[in-house]
Amino acid sequence: MKRPIALLSLACLAGGFLLLRMEAQEASHHHALPPGYTQGSGEILLCDGATRVMIPPNQVFDRETAQKYSDELMELWMQKHPEKEWIMAAAAPAPSPAPTPQKPKEPGKEKATQFEIYNDFSDRDQRIWQEEYDKFVAEGNRIFHNAEAFGGTVGISCDMCHPNGANTHAETYPKYQVQIQRVVLLRDMINWCLEHPTKAKPLADDDPRLRAMEAYIMAQRAGKTMAPNKH
Amino acid sequence: MAARHKSVETKYYEMRDKLITSLPRLDRRDFFKVMGATGMAAAIKGLFPPHSFQLLEVANAMPLPAKGDAVEKFTFAYISDSHLYEEKLNDQFIRAIMRGIDDVNRLDPQPDFVLFGGDLAQLGQAAELEIGAQLLKEVKAPIKMMVGEHDWYLDMGAKWKELFGEPNYSFDHKGVHFVVLNSVVEKDFWTARGLTPMERMKTVAGLDNSAQSAFEVGEVQRMWMQQDLAKVDKSTPVIVFSHSPLYKYYRNWNFWTDDADEVQALLRPFEHVTVIHGHTHQVLTNRIDNMHFHGVLSTAWPWPYAPEGLPKYTVQMSRANPFDPQDACGTGQVTVNTDGLCDMVYNLWDRNPMHVRASYLKSMGKKDKPEAPTFSSY
Repeated sequence: MKRPIALLSLACLAGGFLLLRMEAQEASHHHALPPGYTQGSGEILLCDGATRVMIPPNQVFDRETAQKYSDELMELWMQKHPEKEWIMAAAAPAPSPAPTPQKPKEPGKEKATQFEIYNDFSDRDQRIWQEEYDKFVAEGNRIFHNAEAFGGTVGISCDMCHPNGANTHAETYPKYQVQIQRVVLLRDMINWCLEHPTKAKPLADDDPRLRAMEAYIMAQRAGKTMAPNKH
Repeated sequence: MAARHKSVETKYYEMRDKLITSLPRLDRRDFFKVMGATGMAAAIKGLFPPHSFQLLEVANAMPLPAKGDAVEKFTFAYISDSHLYEEKLNDQFIRAIMRGIDDVNRLDPQPDFVLFGGDLAQLGQAAELEIGAQLLKEVKAPIKMMVGEHDWYLDMGAKWKELFGEPNYSFDHKGVHFVVLNSVVEKDFWTARGLTPMERMKTVAGLDNSAQSAFEVGEVQRMWMQQDLAKVDKSTPVIVFSHSPLYKYYRNWNFWTDDADEVQALLRPFEHVTVIHGHTHQVLTNRIDNMHFHGVLSTAWPWPYAPEGLPKYTVQMSRANPFDPQDACGTGQVTVNTDGLCDMVYNLWDRNPMHVRASYLKSMGKKDKPEAPTFSSY
């Protein structure tokens, strides 16, 4: 059982959406082999259930080999699906960083406590989180700088008054906003700005654009001391 | 009580005494000037809101001993950074520049000329510049135009030059030599990236867009400036108009001129130099050696103060109230004293004006410090 599992994990790490089938070995006992296949051959099946590549018997899988098969599968798939956006997406950088080894547990402490589980993350985990965070903030950055992206109707974007999120003082919310006559959060003030200076429609609290802009502003104010209710 | 907390009565009597002691020094012509101005001030003060009329110091009848050509005290006004869109997209900035034009047209006495401080248009489009040119025809005093990056980077200044001529020029006025620069020259960042003209324009228009280059005056203009200044006596006051500050304040927002040191070197031999600049949309005050620097207000929107690099002489204007679309915007007047140094009046719309006097910078911040506002910046 170890070999299929190793193959599966390597293939997934290399290409992402791969399913591995090791049917050829068992099938050969009962059925004729497909052309090109020999006893001990395997195959890797793409998640579309149709695209496949044959792997020779006793193939040793390291990262490069797995990447080679992965590329081969994607090439085959793209030949069948020549749409432009997929080609562009394929040209983008790989979605996740390379794995790094887990830190070995100290002897006698193999059983993790709750606190250790909370802290038990690798450099790779952190890089993935960083990348996800950066993407979210970058989307906020894009919307913040583009009136059309948030529905502004008078050509005014947020950065025109708040370059790099300046004068947003995100760290001072929540606070009572005299002009609105209630306690407001940062997102309420973003919506106020959308509605008034930029003449856009306010966004729903869970609108991804509002969430992304909030993330961008908070990111710009990193390092500031939290000061809710500061006027 | 500290001397700066003078009562209204004390101030009035001090002004009155000053006026009376200066009267015997007047000749007939200046006497009538004083009469006229005083009478006008009294008449107008009760009629117009404070921001629309500033009591100007009356021209001194006995000018200081002249060095080079004698400088006659005079005033000019400014309107700046109007960032106009076409009316069908956004008429808010059009209404704002109209308010600015009303401001300067109401000044009495009229300024000798009005400086337009650059960024007439928002995206350099022909229609935006044409609206601006049309509106500025309403200004009663002669206009001196300066270019900003928002006017330039769509067609690299073609339309602006068609409407207003060359962006760098010099002139002499009442004993002061004026130099107007295009300080928003950027190194080519667009060709290699294959940007369209509008993409280039929008990149430069984004204040915090780090994809662009730094502003500079550039070697060609510095050569021109050197030749221009070679003809000017070193004791003649020089006033430079540049869109960006001619020093290094904050690079990320191009509150910065990359070759400021080289430009300053050309100005250092002169006894009195003042640089008036746009772009920063805020009250901004600096002094480097013999050079005084003053930022001007925008009619469109205020910029926040940069997170670092603020010149120590700057007394910040109030943080803008977002609920008032024209707060921290405005226009202003500049009184050029007989030594060629400038007293600035910042006509902050809907607030009290701020005064930044030449004596404040001359005394290295010891005298006449502008009053700090109460609503501080974050």
